Amino acid sequence: MHLAQINIAHMRAPKDSPELADFVAAIDPVNRLADAAPGFVWRLEGEGPGDFVEHDYGDHLVINFSLWESRDALWDFVYRSAHLGVLQRRREWFLRVAEPYTVMWWVPEGHIPALAEAMERLELLKAEGPTPRAFTFKDFYDSSEAAWRPAAAEARK
Amino acid sequence: MSSDDLGTVAALQDPVRRAVYDYVASQGHEVGRNEAAEAVGVQRTLAAFHLDKLVEVGLLESGFKRLTDRSGPGSGRPAKVYRRAPGEWQVNVPARDYRTMARALAEAVDLLGGDEQAERAARRAGAGLAAPGEDLGEVLRRRGYEPYEEDGRLRLRNCPFHLLAEEHPLLVCSMNLALCQGMLEGLGEEGATARLDPRPGECCVAFSKEHL
Repeated sequence: MHLAQINIAHMRAPKDSPELADFVAAIDPVNRLADAAPGFVWRLEGEGPGDFVEHDYGDHLVINFSLWESRDALWDFVYRSAHLGVLQRRREWFLRVAEPYTVMWWVPEGHIPALAEAMERLELLKAEGPTPRAFTFKDFYDSSEAAWRPAAAEARK
Repeated sequence: MSSDDLGTVAALQDPVRRAVYDYVASQGHEVGRNEAAEAVGVQRTLAAFHLDKLVEVGLLESGFKRLTDRSGPGSGRPAKVYRRAPGEWQVNVPARDYRTMARALAEAVDLLGGDEQAERAARRAGAGLAAPGEDLGEVLRRRGYEPYEEDGRLRLRNCPFHLLAEEHPLLVCSMNLALCQGMLEGLGEEGATARLDPRPGECCVAFSKEHL
């Protein structure tokens, strides 16, 4: 099984504004860091290096969507690499939101989920809290827990 | 405090065993019996006895590894090697539980969006941990960071806030950086800088002393 994760962030200002310039400059280096990270499987890419991921969920929304071999691989990239420094500056670029902005779930190896499914998982987390079908680092379910539960089997159909 | 933790920690009472443990824990690599014996200055069999005892109580982990580049017939069997076990043990007498409260407080800070205040508080706390003129490495050692030098920088092998950092990595790593910057202020070390340079399995902060 591979671990899918999506996170969304609400920009404080338009993409091409000076407020966002440092973030925009960090997109390409951080993407390259992810691509080279141990356990990285796949990510939804923008048109060119350093471009935002394109989507239909609103111009103010930045989306990161990726697949990883394990929880630890994703954790080490997010919190144990130069990515952490970018994450720490998030308040300069993004609004604080009270509701969940990131979710994970397990997918069969070789399966690339659609962005729509990822957004549904986020809604699921908002609606039901952490479950084997939609969870977070803080309330994590490992792949065996997720696999034997009927809810997860149904979601894979 | 669980009685198991006390039993585990009590296994370190023997001075030779303590030295063996300290040596293995301070290395960034797996340690063989010969290496541990030489480092501590005891016979190989005595070092092996203590190493295996430390594995038995759970403070070290062991495995087998070829320590030479030779392979194939005649290269000998792989050597037994040791490294620090990932768990943590805590002994307080009388019983104290600061973790539960720290976890609740961290959650509250997150919910309140109070990370900037928390960082300022950590910076003040850090400044109080070091006196002017003290040695940075010594201060860090005392606080359990296990500093070591690499490429002219001081890196930290151990995260003293591991459990909290796993639960609230953004908050705790930011506070830890602020704490370390506070320590530099306390020391009056104006040439050195503390910055984030996280690596898997280590503390998120590294010190640069390039301007000294």
